[in-house]
Amino acid sequence: MSRVAYYTKGMKKKITFGVLLKTIGSLAELFLPLVMAYMIDTVAPKSESAWPLVFWGGIMLMCAVAAWLGNVIANRVASKVARDITEKVRTDLFSKTLYLSSRQTDEVTVPSLVSRLSSDTYNLHNMLGMVQRMGIRAPILIIGGVIMTFTVDPILALVLLAVVPILTVIVIILSKRGIVLYTALQRASDVMVRKVRDDYSGTRVIKALSKTEYEGRSFQNINDNVAACETKAGITMGITNPLVNMLLNLGMTAVILVGAYRVAAGAAKVGQIIAFTSYFTIILNAVIAISRIFVNISKGSASAKRIGEILSMPEETCKEAFLDRNDAEFISFENVSFGYNGAPALQNISFGINKGETLGVLGATGSGKSTIVSLLMRFYDADEGVVRIGGKDVRTYEKEQLREKFGVVFQNDFLMAASIRENIDFERGLRDDDIDNAIRFAKADGFINSLEEGKESLLTVQGTNFSGGQKQRMLIARALAAKPEILILDDSSSALDYKTDAQLRKALLANFKDTTVIMIAQRISSVRFADKILVLDKGRIVGFGSDEELMKTCETYKEIYRSQVEEGIAND
Amino acid sequence: MTEKKISPEATKKQNRRAAAARLTGYFLKYKWSVIIAFVLMVGSNLFALIGPWLSGEAIDAIAKTDGIDFALVIRLCVLMGLFYIGSSALSYLLSVLMIRLSRNIVRSMRQDLFEKILVLPVGYLDRIQAGDLINRISYDIDTINASLSNDLLQAATGVITVIGAFIGMVAASPILLGVFAITIPLSVLITIKRSKTVRPLFRQRSAKLAQLNGFSEEMLTGLHTIRAYGREEQMIEKFQEKNTAAVEAYYTADYYASMIGPSVNFVNNLGTVLISTAGCLLFLVGKISPGGINSFLLYSRKFSGPINEFANIMSEIQSAMAAAERVFRLLDEEPEIKDWENAKDLENPLGEVEFDHVRFGYDKDVVVIGDLSFNAQPGQTVAIVGPTGAGKTTIVNLLMRFYDPQSGVIRLDGKDIREYTRKSLRAAFTMVLQDTWLFEGTIFENIAYGREGATEEDVRKAAHAANVGDFIESLPEGYQTKITDGGSGLSKGQKQLFTIARAMLSEAHLLILDEATSNVDTRTELLIRDAMAKLMQGKTCFVIAHRLSTIRNADLILVVKDGDIAERGRHEELLEKNGFYSELYRAQFE
Repeated sequence: MSRVAYYTKGMKKKITFGVLLKTIGSLAELFLPLVMAYMIDTVAPKSESAWPLVFWGGIMLMCAVAAWLGNVIANRVASKVARDITEKVRTDLFSKTLYLSSRQTDEVTVPSLVSRLSSDTYNLHNMLGMVQRMGIRAPILIIGGVIMTFTVDPILALVLLAVVPILTVIVIILSKRGIVLYTALQRASDVMVRKVRDDYSGTRVIKALSKTEYEGRSFQNINDNVAACETKAGITMGITNPLVNMLLNLGMTAVILVGAYRVAAGAAKVGQIIAFTSYFTIILNAVIAISRIFVNISKGSASAKRIGEILSMPEETCKEAFLDRNDAEFISFENVSFGYNGAPALQNISFGINKGETLGVLGATGSGKSTIVSLLMRFYDADEGVVRIGGKDVRTYEKEQLREKFGVVFQNDFLMAASIRENIDFERGLRDDDIDNAIRFAKADGFINSLEEGKESLLTVQGTNFSGGQKQRMLIARALAAKPEILILDDSSSALDYKTDAQLRKALLANFKDTTVIMIAQRISSVRFADKILVLDKGRIVGFGSDEELMKTCETYKEIYRSQVEEGIAND
Repeated sequence: MTEKKISPEATKKQNRRAAAARLTGYFLKYKWSVIIAFVLMVGSNLFALIGPWLSGEAIDAIAKTDGIDFALVIRLCVLMGLFYIGSSALSYLLSVLMIRLSRNIVRSMRQDLFEKILVLPVGYLDRIQAGDLINRISYDIDTINASLSNDLLQAATGVITVIGAFIGMVAASPILLGVFAITIPLSVLITIKRSKTVRPLFRQRSAKLAQLNGFSEEMLTGLHTIRAYGREEQMIEKFQEKNTAAVEAYYTADYYASMIGPSVNFVNNLGTVLISTAGCLLFLVGKISPGGINSFLLYSRKFSGPINEFANIMSEIQSAMAAAERVFRLLDEEPEIKDWENAKDLENPLGEVEFDHVRFGYDKDVVVIGDLSFNAQPGQTVAIVGPTGAGKTTIVNLLMRFYDPQSGVIRLDGKDIREYTRKSLRAAFTMVLQDTWLFEGTIFENIAYGREGATEEDVRKAAHAANVGDFIESLPEGYQTKITDGGSGLSKGQKQLFTIARAMLSEAHLLILDEATSNVDTRTELLIRDAMAKLMQGKTCFVIAHRLSTIRNADLILVVKDGDIAERGRHEELLEKNGFYSELYRAQFE
């Protein structure tokens, strides 16, 4: 609730103005049938000339114009308010998302964040507009309409009043039922989509095993199920219109019938009956509108809740930091243990390297290699122990100050749909010659220069118009461009052939002497040259030292060497 | 313009027309349903149109100055009630019928489409994305479905209602119709405004929104990197820009769109004003009864409804036609080339394979294999090595006839492989590919996929031969464990063992193997290596090789470089040559 107040702050006047106009517009519309009845029953029978009729016709016209203007202007105000609120909410949500901690991000998951940013803010926008436009109008029409009819003829009004609740109940039941049925349909259609996706990716296997007919048959079941759900939903929801129309028309018939007795009793006049049929239409349409608003609000408020969940996520606080230590190595891990949601990823890790040294990290998938980087860069905080840079607990650094030290290439790192230069600069406002140097060191100059537009060439989304090796070199250039204190390459040589890999290593040694390098790799050949190599297995250290030392002492290292160098070859 | 020049606009129209004609074809399969639907629709609408006339009569009966004829009023009201109930009942029956009808049509289209996907050449599927296929089979077909079951009906109903209401108004009072006619141009104007101004704005609005959503999705995939480089603020700024553009486009569309509703109401109200004023004037001179005014008022409302909806329905039908066109285009794609007319089934092949001056490129102009000849005897192993993207999988594609060579011949047991039926040729091969394909289903189903009618015992044996039996049996549900989402809970190594197990079930004499250098722990690596060795026993093997042991033991090594065979021979021979192979071999020791 306080959030609603926050986002509508400064818009109260606008909103009030809109509501007022909407009310005036809607009321004006309600007067039309009343005037009409008056004309038919009172003015026409008595008048001797046309002028009184034209006068009252003029009044009706004024009402119609007022209704039109009031509604149009109010709708525009509503759109403006909805626009401003949505814009603010969306930007807040995006920025909150970027500043979430990695743990929070894992918890919510990226796809969910994406859908909150796109469809949920869209639903919110729709709801905000609709509630202002219809949410005010419909109740006014219903309540105002009922009051009007009661002043005209209470007995006839009762006929009308009897139909409204029935209709309301039917509409609400049907829309609730609809939600259930359409969810079922959605689920069935998800299964179908999955099947198509499965068979698309397995097309070679299916053809090789001559399973085409079998797959066709198995799709048939899924298809039948989707069709059955569609039919059920369609037939159930299809009853809405005929039913509503029937109620509306039967109600009008009842008005005429009852009206006959009222006229006979002298309590009502013919014009009033005609006016009643108009009120009937107005009120019942408003009821239907309310059912639509009902669906819209339930959708919108579910979305608002999902957005609110993110916005109200607390800032993560960290445990008390350790004291500085002057005797620690430049980068040091002391008895560090860490787990993602309980499952231990690293256990009791201790090691240290000096400034300017190169550290290689080796191990199978899931051995905890990348987690080392995540802790060092403080994407996560260690559960136990302390990670230090320059003797200081990483938790004592300002986040910005800490991250400025790094240049990093992650596994499956990210390239934007932008130019090569923009991707390397990455919004840091780097100097052109720094970028050029980085391109050279990363061995990316060859292919970039051969491009017609050089480093201004554009990448498609995910950089699909470049090969894996080329993308890798752009990413390395990005990491090098700001001359980082610490360079992290997570599995970044795997897309490079052995030759380029070796050249890159030489360039690093020659030009980045003071830079501390952490290199995570699957290939033993990429880390053998490092000053220190850390061998991980299932989150534990099984070896730490130089290639030479490890070949003597570390069984796992020797095994990897055997299986890769003696058993592997040329292909990458 | 001369007749011969066909503008893109004209071909587009032609395509639309063709699509419409084909859709009609689907309808004609259900002639009787269509005829019944038509009768129901006419009936329901006529019933609904009788109502206002009856109510006018009833009001006149009430308005009689010489006392109310209650018998007449009651009779008319009962009739009205019956007609209205009848109309609603018919209209519900109609929509049930249409839903069933379109269900049948759509279901068979979906089935056709899916079966088409299965027989499309691999080369075609390689070029398009899964998302495209999914769009065809779900969104496009949904659009067609909605249009079939709803829009057509609405359009037809609209026509009948407009005509009927017009007749009703003429019958009630031609003079009043003349006055009411003033509002018709206004209705038309709103309709035009809607399609000319508002619709493009809505398209723009979706485009901007799509841009924004694309941007946020892109940025969120790069969340880690953005945080690592501390670029949050800059990205928020960029987002803000796109966000403003999106909400602005939304607003602009709304600005005009939110006029439509009140304007339609205004025209209706204006109609009421005109009818009641003019009606009263006519009443004054005795040209119309109150009942007549009432009937006219009700007809006039019926009349403007469809006119206001017209633009909407048309555009929906248009987008359904566009969707149908896309669906038909996919249905019309050439399937894999038919087998030769006198193609024979390949039975009990020995496994002798020969490439004879084979030339091939995926694009006619880009040659991937220039001129490849080699011979593999039954039981021999051919290892294919080379850097990524050099065309190693092309040889596999040609062997399995996923593609055919541009020139040259591939022979199996001395005969051109095109002389065999594709089905029997493929059945002669077992394949283990690098992208381990597992589908939604149990482990049993995934392994048994290798051979029709495989028993539980067969699957168990195959799993154990592939060194994965113990693992499967250690799972709580064993072979009945569900594999979801392409095997997301399984490690890469396990997935590989599953596909080896699947291959173990096959009794083929030829094997295609893509050894993956996945980063698995040493124990799993040994299991995989052992399982693959077992699989290769006694078969003619084509291996995209990564393991030195495989390569050393190969009878022939083909070294592929830049889409051509750079070197060939046995391991020792190639090392002696001191060429590209030895360079590759040595690079990792540098």
